[in-house]
Amino acid sequence: MKQVHFITELFDKYDGRSLQAYLNVGGFASLQKTIEIGSEAVLTEIDASGLQGRGGAAYPTGKKLRQAQAEKAARKFVVCNADEGEPGTFKDRELLKCNIYQVIEGMVIAGICTQSQEGIIYVREEYTNMHDEIRNAIAECYSHNYLGKNILGSPYNFDLKLFSGAGSYVCGEGFAMCESMEGKSGRPRSKPPYVKQEGFLNLPTLVINTETLSTIVSIIKHGADSFRRYGTEESPGTKLISISGKVNRPGVYEIPFGLTIREIINDLAGGIRNGKKGHFVQIGGASGGILPEWLWDTPYTYEDLAKAGLSVGSGAIVVADEDNSLLDYLKVVQDFFSHESCGKCTPCREGNRQLRFIFERITDGTVTVADYDRLEIVLDVMGKASLCGSGKTEVVPFRTAQRYFPELFLTKESLEAKKAVV
Amino acid sequence: MKTVLLTIEKKVTLTIDNETVKVPEGTTVLEAAKIAGIHIPTLCYLKDINKAGACRICLVEANGSLQASCVLPVSEGMVVKTNTPLIRQMRKHILALILANHNSSCPTCIRNNNCELQTLAKELNLREEIFEREYSRHIDDFSPSVVRDDSKCINCGRCVNVCNDVQTVGVLGFVHRSDRTKVAPVYDKSLAELSCINCGQCIVNCPVGALREKDNTDLVWEALADETKHVVVQTAPAVRAALGEEFGLPMGTSVTGKMVAALRRLGFDKVFDTDFAADVTIMEEGTELLDRLNNGGVLPLITSCSPGWIKFCEHKFPELIPHLSSCKSPQNMMGALLKSHYAKMNGLDPKDIVVVSVMPCTAKKFEVQREELEVDGIRDVDISITTRELARMIKEARIEFNRLEDEAFDDFYGDSTGAAVIFGATGGVMEAAIRTVADILTGQDIEEVNYEAVRGVEGIKEAEIQITPELKIKVAVVHGGANVKALMERVLSGEAQYHFIEVMACPGGCVNGGGQPIVPDKVKMETDVRAERAKALYYEDSAILPRRKSHKNPSVQKLYREFLEEPNSSLAHKLLHTTYVNRQ
Repeated sequence: MKQVHFITELFDKYDGRSLQAYLNVGGFASLQKTIEIGSEAVLTEIDASGLQGRGGAAYPTGKKLRQAQAEKAARKFVVCNADEGEPGTFKDRELLKCNIYQVIEGMVIAGICTQSQEGIIYVREEYTNMHDEIRNAIAECYSHNYLGKNILGSPYNFDLKLFSGAGSYVCGEGFAMCESMEGKSGRPRSKPPYVKQEGFLNLPTLVINTETLSTIVSIIKHGADSFRRYGTEESPGTKLISISGKVNRPGVYEIPFGLTIREIINDLAGGIRNGKKGHFVQIGGASGGILPEWLWDTPYTYEDLAKAGLSVGSGAIVVADEDNSLLDYLKVVQDFFSHESCGKCTPCREGNRQLRFIFERITDGTVTVADYDRLEIVLDVMGKASLCGSGKTEVVPFRTAQRYFPELFLTKESLEAKKAVV
Repeated sequence: MKTVLLTIEKKVTLTIDNETVKVPEGTTVLEAAKIAGIHIPTLCYLKDINKAGACRICLVEANGSLQASCVLPVSEGMVVKTNTPLIRQMRKHILALILANHNSSCPTCIRNNNCELQTLAKELNLREEIFEREYSRHIDDFSPSVVRDDSKCINCGRCVNVCNDVQTVGVLGFVHRSDRTKVAPVYDKSLAELSCINCGQCIVNCPVGALREKDNTDLVWEALADETKHVVVQTAPAVRAALGEEFGLPMGTSVTGKMVAALRRLGFDKVFDTDFAADVTIMEEGTELLDRLNNGGVLPLITSCSPGWIKFCEHKFPELIPHLSSCKSPQNMMGALLKSHYAKMNGLDPKDIVVVSVMPCTAKKFEVQREELEVDGIRDVDISITTRELARMIKEARIEFNRLEDEAFDDFYGDSTGAAVIFGATGGVMEAAIRTVADILTGQDIEEVNYEAVRGVEGIKEAEIQITPELKIKVAVVHGGANVKALMERVLSGEAQYHFIEVMACPGGCVNGGGQPIVPDKVKMETDVRAERAKALYYEDSAILPRRKSHKNPSVQKLYREFLEEPNSSLAHKLLHTTYVNRQ
């Protein structure tokens, strides 16, 4: 059982643009069920499923929904996070493209469970080509009362619209997303208060990932038990992964937690291209960790990756082969952060400036011992003192690279000295 | 039996460095630490202005995790540590990162010895520069008032917040991201091209030397050295309330006598007081108010002393221009009178007179350049410098300010009243005007002259004043751009109706003007600068000056008798009144 179809059950089973086609394959059954059994029963089911947020933080979804429900305010929002800015991640694109009605269904259910009446799908700017289809789907749902007032004759109301980002990575972070929707530059705010308390327009806001929403719908439809048939005790269920890089069949795959990295690469993605040897993978996005080829038998679960210093993150897996230099790769990662740091807090803004200098010198061979001392300080400050999660986790690729490839961070002189001793 | 009669605010108990502290709910850890006697270092934080948690200098360990204390609310049982090896190291390293993006040319920097970054480096015991330096070289010095030096900017955001939230001018913002993030005016234009009102609040709230006034001291030195010129100086009321701070005197010390003595030593031919012109302003503006009240003129009448407010109005509320008093500001009234009446009395060619003004204000530098502010091709005022620039000139001239004996202003144009000196604080113009208008309308010399309702630092003050049994006037006093905007929107909608409104662009009025001495954040955290400095002015009004009503100024009376004839006469109009421009 390598690839499974729990969340992706309806992929290619219907014309994703047609509401009627969605209904024909059993669409909106979970919404019907939610209206029938009520939010408490739904939340109990989600709790039982053990579903963790698929945006990257892996926060228990049931708990998150209950916290959102507990917030009292006249206006509350549910925001579908479809910003999908992590490099190497494109699973939400598939969900929006192949199964948009399931995402909308998930939004309405989340609205009912948290007593929120307004929803926004925050779609990354680069997905402009899908905006019209999403808007049409929303309009279809309105005209058939899956959105709007007294949905399907129930007392529940829910409005939904699309909001397009403007191309900033950091807007995937909850507060930056709120700022962006308020028409400001996407820069995170300090916590507390949290987004769930004072988010969009300073009102309670539940920001929830596209995949999480889709999964909720499948869980309600098939039950928590059928979800837990997949995966491990600590990582129940299935996960969409986006695999790219030097593999024969890059793409989005739904997997049960517990496959090894090697299985994913070889059995799903068709192995390394051109029969080359694998070198390393980066898992979970630009701020994800580096895992060397000799650890590819690590199972893809929250717990096993954590032991190796990594996390599932966004579900991205970027594969590098023996031709790829890790230093070059890290420089690209660093370039990305120099481009995408929002610039608000000192550690991330100035840290990236210094990392840029250091990586320039590492790649042109003029790096000194003092530079490595600086690297150490910068990573320390960024990881501990940055304002938001983006700055704090940006150090992970560098830290894991240091852990698994310590010789990379030695000067020419010390490398030679080391060789001489050996 | 105890009965709780009042709802007492909820208290939260926490420990900070093993001290138990009890503070109201909602207090930040930074504030709570202050109560416990611990001063957590800050940089981007500024009380009432900026709470971003961005610079990360104020990190503490709260319940074991690193948090920015300026934005962290206290919680019950919280355990805070502010002085651990980790925190000390983090602070140093963060500071070192900031310094790497800063043009640390301290000895030649305008803020040398009054720089929060420099002070932090000293206090945090940072002894080496760890990182490679890179900073912008861009300088915007096209504005007549404000110079922005990107090389010094540390992206703290205080100017952005003060410009957007406190003043609602909104010409500064953050642009770009990552290490290209910078504070910049809209579309990267110069401040001179935008709706910047030149108030200089960005300058007095900048922790470093990234914002400063356009320095005109060279022009003053040049004029003083030119023997063919008759160089006279006038000083605004608020200057005397703050100049002493530049020489280490406590805030709120009035240094009028020493200031006059210093100006004489600098070589000015005459040392006059803008307060004289403030009294004239009351005569002109009071008459204008009475005229509008009696003859169905446009009401409310709105004061025009604050050039920041004038430009704000011209950009944002041009429909209110007919409400503006046609009176020039005291600075320019003084200039116009010096180059007409004074020149005539002393047989001087107005072309040979250089009028220098010392102002608490950076917008005055823009004002002196306004096209309208000249008479027959002669500029009213030639050079305007700030309180800070005067302090620098005194220091450069090696004058021992604190040892100077008090001296008096020169005759006639140095004569003033308590009504004039309170122009420097919010509510002062209003109070001065009421003192005079009440006397004129009642035909009496009213003894009670303290109109407390218009004093104080509250943002919008309103009062109804029964002047005669028949006439009750409704007035408002407003200061700080955000308050001004809120009030003017209500005036425009008809929701608020007044006869007379005093407006000052800067929060607190001129005592807290953009040209005043820069107060370190530490002091601001504990002191209300606006109230402290205003005390000096109200003290002069009530205890020093012999007269407290503008129309009782004998020199002003003489000026009208012998020269202007009467307030709002045609000569007064030619010299003392002006027009405005729609800049929208």
